[in-house]
Amino acid sequence: MTIELPAGIADDEEVEELTSSPSPARTYLTATLTLMALIGAWEICARWANLPAWLLPSPSAIADAVADWRWELLQHFLVTFSETLLGFGLAIVVSIPLAVAIVYSPILQMTIYPILLALQSMPKVAIAPLFALWIGFGMMPKILVVFLVSFFPIIVATERGLTSVPPPLMELIRSLSASPLQTFIKIRFPTAMPQIFTGFKIAITLSVIGAVIGEFVGAQSGLGYLILLASSQSRTPLAFGALLCLTVMSILLYYAVELIERLVVPWAKKT
Amino acid sequence: MDKIRIDSLSKTYASKVGRVRALENINLTIGHNEFVTLVGPSGCGKSTLLKVIGALIKPSRGRIIFDEAPLLKPTADVGIVFQEPVLLLWRTVLDNVLLPAEILRLDKAKAKKRAMALLKLVGLEGFETRHPDELSGGMQQRVALCRALIHDPSVLLMDEPFAALDPMTREELGFELLRIWDVEKKTVVFVTHSIPEAILLADRVVAMSPRPGAIARILDIDLARPRTLDMQFTDKFKSYSDEIRAVIHRRAGGSAP
Repeated sequence: MTIELPAGIADDEEVEELTSSPSPARTYLTATLTLMALIGAWEICARWANLPAWLLPSPSAIADAVADWRWELLQHFLVTFSETLLGFGLAIVVSIPLAVAIVYSPILQMTIYPILLALQSMPKVAIAPLFALWIGFGMMPKILVVFLVSFFPIIVATERGLTSVPPPLMELIRSLSASPLQTFIKIRFPTAMPQIFTGFKIAITLSVIGAVIGEFVGAQSGLGYLILLASSQSRTPLAFGALLCLTVMSILLYYAVELIERLVVPWAKKT
Repeated sequence: MDKIRIDSLSKTYASKVGRVRALENINLTIGHNEFVTLVGPSGCGKSTLLKVIGALIKPSRGRIIFDEAPLLKPTADVGIVFQEPVLLLWRTVLDNVLLPAEILRLDKAKAKKRAMALLKLVGLEGFETRHPDELSGGMQQRVALCRALIHDPSVLLMDEPFAALDPMTREELGFELLRIWDVEKKTVVFVTHSIPEAILLADRVVAMSPRPGAIARILDIDLARPRTLDMQFTDKFKSYSDEIRAVIHRRAGGSAP
């Protein structure tokens, strides 16, 4: 939006700025500088205290490890990344239709939904060894753990979203004798979209955790596996490097979902 | 010929606390293109009555005769405006207005032409491609009004449509509604809890009293049209408003202030 000076306000007048929040560029710059200062302090402390690298490596040692192991890290990154995306995708494909079925069927709402909600309180970490027992050590058990942890936020968000249509709007639609399909496509699903994306954003962060949990239980590849291996051999800088990769993955995935949200549901309330 | 006839209609709700009679033996006839306002304190069942007229709520007893036939299910010959605009945030102003036309599968080109004309009528020309969150409350309610009129219904049901607006916008929209009603002749049933608003807009005011919701008095408003704000200060206006206030409060068991 352009700001035009109303007639009668001279250009040289001192105008008070009402927007008090700092510009995004400034916020990012401040955050980056703070992070760099902290890393610098860590480097100095690590060198000054002369800590052994296996206990707490310095940032420079971690950077060296990442550089030395870049191809291995990339390979393991891609494994964990695929597990995360496949599990997350599976959760979307299963959760949304199931949530729709639950919303439209009072029987399902009374039978399946309470069981699903009860299952949500089950610690998913505890199921991971069982998956390994049942389906072995390939990618599948990891995908299933990811699916399990990201399934619930999506189904709950979708259910809430679909039932959040304002009552007057439902009455308006009913007064026009709209078909259930019209109501779903034109009103209910678009109304639910912002909440579904909120579910996605919770689920995607959990998905990465789910993949790592799956790898911890038993794997031959993936960043979780690499962390276990590196720590068991006291190669702490490498473990830190893998951890860094996981963090980057988590952030990338979260912002990817947010970007898609902005493109698909621009009307969602900005938070 | 009457447009809507309400025949000894009652509505009772059952809840844990017991049965609540929302409407008690309502008899009312509304003529073609008449502007009727339902006024009363909260709990007098005016909104319930409006929804029964729109066939959104089934009466417990009695019936609605709509165009000489019993009204059993919602009809597309009715347009509704609520207190909240409830516009679809993901649609532009124009597409919001077109929603009923889409649902009723009306001719697209004709509907679009009519939508543009209606938006012009309410002073929103040039806002067609905007989204609801870019509009003020008054503008949003104007869009809701266009949406209610797009399929050219013969009846317009309005449930406290201006109650959420500030007093100035409210007055402005009231007169605008009268101007539109002059162009687009409709039978209007308008629910409000504001006595001056009820008098200023209506051909007839139906004053309702609560517990149970019943018609306390029906007044013919004999004020010239077009209506003006000045009419509020005439003796005639004051006597209408005194009379409505008196019947509403007497039946409610309180005393007139």
